[in-house]
Amino acid sequence: MELLIFYPIGTLCVFLALGVVLNKSPIGSAMCLIGMMLGLAAVFAIQHAHFIAILQVIIYAGAIMVLFMFVIMLLNLKGDDTVWKTREGNTLLTGLGAVLVVGILYKMTEITGGGEFDSPTPIQETFGTTVKVGTTLFTDFVLPFEVASILLLAAMIGAVVLAKSKMDD
Amino acid sequence: MESTVPLSHYLVLSTTLFVIGVLGVLVRRNAIVVFMCIEIMLNAVNISLIAFDRYMNLHTGQVFSFMVMCVAAAEVSVGLAIIISIFRNKPTVNLDEFNIMKW
Amino acid sequence: MFHLAFLVPLFPLIGSIVNGFFGLRIGKKAVGWVACGTVAFSFLVTLLMLGQLLFTPAEERLFEQTLFTWMAAGDFNAAFGFQIDPLSMVMMMVVTGVGFLIHVYSIGYMHDEYSYYRFFAYLNLFMFSMLLLVMGNNFLMMFIGWEGVGLCSYFLIGYYFEKKSACDAGTKAFVMNRVGDFAFLLAIMYIFYLFGTIDYTEVFHAAPEKLILGAEPVTIITLLLFVGATGKSAQIPLYTWLPDAMEGPTPVSALIHAATMVTAGVYMVVRCSVLFNMAPFSMSVVAFIGGGTAIFAATIGMTQFDIKRVLAYSTVSQIGYMFLACGVGAYTAAIFHLVTHAFFKACLFLGSGSVIHGLHGEQDMRKMGDLKKHQPVTYITFLISTLAIAGIFPLSGFFSKDEILYHALMDGNTILWGMGVTGALLTAFYMFRLVFMTFWGESRVDPHVHPHESPKVMTLPLVILAGLAAFGGLLGIPLVHGWHALHNWLEPVLHFDMASTLEHSKHLLHEVGRHAPHWEALLIEPEENIWIEISLMLLSLTVALTGIAGAYFCYVKKPGLPDELIKGQWGYDLVKNKYEVDEFYDATFVEPTIQGSLLLWKKGDAQGIDGAVNGVAQILGWCGQQARVVQSGFVRNYALFMVLGFIMLLFIMFF
Repeated sequence: MELLIFYPIGTLCVFLALGVVLNKSPIGSAMCLIGMMLGLAAVFAIQHAHFIAILQVIIYAGAIMVLFMFVIMLLNLKGDDTVWKTREGNTLLTGLGAVLVVGILYKMTEITGGGEFDSPTPIQETFGTTVKVGTTLFTDFVLPFEVASILLLAAMIGAVVLAKSKMDD
Repeated sequence: MESTVPLSHYLVLSTTLFVIGVLGVLVRRNAIVVFMCIEIMLNAVNISLIAFDRYMNLHTGQVFSFMVMCVAAAEVSVGLAIIISIFRNKPTVNLDEFNIMKW
Repeated sequence: MFHLAFLVPLFPLIGSIVNGFFGLRIGKKAVGWVACGTVAFSFLVTLLMLGQLLFTPAEERLFEQTLFTWMAAGDFNAAFGFQIDPLSMVMMMVVTGVGFLIHVYSIGYMHDEYSYYRFFAYLNLFMFSMLLLVMGNNFLMMFIGWEGVGLCSYFLIGYYFEKKSACDAGTKAFVMNRVGDFAFLLAIMYIFYLFGTIDYTEVFHAAPEKLILGAEPVTIITLLLFVGATGKSAQIPLYTWLPDAMEGPTPVSALIHAATMVTAGVYMVVRCSVLFNMAPFSMSVVAFIGGGTAIFAATIGMTQFDIKRVLAYSTVSQIGYMFLACGVGAYTAAIFHLVTHAFFKACLFLGSGSVIHGLHGEQDMRKMGDLKKHQPVTYITFLISTLAIAGIFPLSGFFSKDEILYHALMDGNTILWGMGVTGALLTAFYMFRLVFMTFWGESRVDPHVHPHESPKVMTLPLVILAGLAAFGGLLGIPLVHGWHALHNWLEPVLHFDMASTLEHSKHLLHEVGRHAPHWEALLIEPEENIWIEISLMLLSLTVALTGIAGAYFCYVKKPGLPDELIKGQWGYDLVKNKYEVDEFYDATFVEPTIQGSLLLWKKGDAQGIDGAVNGVAQILGWCGQQARVVQSGFVRNYALFMVLGFIMLLFIMFF
């Protein structure tokens, strides 16, 4: 079941991500991004992170992407962005990406290669439920949670201050 | 016991998406698309957080990815507000035209 | 009562702070009250302590009060402490008493000044420093006071800072004092090096046991101390600042440059009498410098026309007398003369201030004359003080000066005695020249100026000081032994056991395998010979009268005579130009210093140091220009650098 969902959806997500980067029009990019996020929600779900999967759909695919769309529409952006410039640029970027991928993977396998991640720990029935995540969030991480709320408040006020048209002129 | 995807495959997915996001940041000049690429990077990180969390049977990784979402939301709202206010001064979102911050 | 000692300097400090910070706001009247009131309180506390000291047995008249440990570093320990003993008590009485009178006088004299409060703030600060100087119980306290009075002296000389000459005079006084201060500081360091302490009691107790009489260490210490004293007390070779210091307001001249600060050197020598007693060579240096200064300054005083400058040279000359007394071992006589000099010289300065005040700022004696009609009180008090300084029986100066001359003769050095007598003759002459030119003869006053007597607030201190000048001599009636109150009073402080010191020195010399020289001569106490004393008194009286008669003849009988006498005499011009000493100093010390400083400034500083600093800045600027290219301002470039950095980090982690 997990295998059936992960590999097709993972591949799809990679292509959609490429679509975000390569699409000329911002609207297209945004659409690809929404698709990618929904796919990732599925990936989260098969790992028993149900709560996060729901949040991924609601917050990312919902709220944040709506905000993106809204700004794109508001600014009336055209797809005038050229993605690739030169052949040398392409080679350079591909090389860069390859180096990054290989480097990060090498490092990660170095960390996870110790054997302890070979097979997943057996999990309880309740793992990943909202109750469990909520309990952790409000016991061990209650202070970061409060800080996050302040951060969101600050961001809200900041966004209002930045985006409001100047009243005095 | 049903067969499971090994952790390393999740990590490959995560890494690939992250690098795509990085390259997108480098390549694109449209500020909004650059933001989207940053979102891709954040999501890629979330994948590894969730995967590790699942494999270690904790809830910490989920809480962390929750925090990442909070930060992403804050960042996007402020960032888009900045883009809007820049757009008022200069009707473009092309990052290459914003080099006024150098002395 | 002694535990109140700290109040004595504290009061003027409070006054200074109040006047300095709030003086402009509280008004002139309040400033005057604060300034005089604080000093009056100090005086009262001093009086109380004097009373207590009088009822203490003579051997126990030493009280020390340590307020706190000021600094302690390793072996070095300096306490912020006061010492009350007969010597410091005499000085405190003079400083607070005379200081109080001068403060009162200043209310009248400075009345029209705008920055009245500034004057009184400085004056109170001076009182504070001077009291620290005389009350401290270790050398560092004295040094702090020493520097403090120098600073206040600088402030007050330059009080009229809009006048360039006043600023220059202040700078001159400060710099010349620094020369002496440096020597003083060296002496303190050497004392600490030898004794491991700077506390008076400990040093003076240890000195006879640790030092060899007449050996280099004690001679060097005493000579350095004396150089310090010459700076502060305006002796050869560091005396030239004092006449210039007359640019300050007259009460300042009276308080600082006549009565108190300039006698600090004498106080210091007397305080260190134990050390000086052990250094016969330094003693003779002190005596000869003192005697030489006495004559030297007196001759210059004869030729000056500025009323305050004459008094300034007179001060230099009289302090020379005090050092002469120190040099022959007559410390009591030195302090005695210090006290009487404080009385009559303060009175003379204040009197001259009254004259200047009455003539609206005129200081040239050639534009005075016949003022005794207009300023009777000033005239009478001035005359009494002049008689006192000239040494006329039975005024105070007679007793103190005569005692110095007597001791100089008894010490067996006729040259010193001759210097003293010559100085006395010159003193009588130039002081009466001053009186005759100012108060007698025909009026040469500018017809537009109408001389008037000064207000009561000024004349009252004059009268009191004149009274003190007249009767201050009663402190030490020389003929009848046992009646010399000051001598008995200071005896415990100045006590010095020559015999046991010699024993110690012999012992120390034997330890290093050397033989002691013949020191027996030092042990002979001069006999008190009443007939020599009486004949000396008569002689000095005759000398003084001769001087007065000479002045009368030259300046009242035949006013044209001096001009005829001096015509074409190169010697007169030389003296009148103060022996060209200022020019000599300018050429030998000031000018090379200025040239050297200019060289250092233009070459060393402007080119060398500034060049290096600017060069570094330029190199960095160039580097910045090169590195600027990186800061393109394009966000994506920055992101690219971030990624490159990240890759580098990855590589680092690989290996």
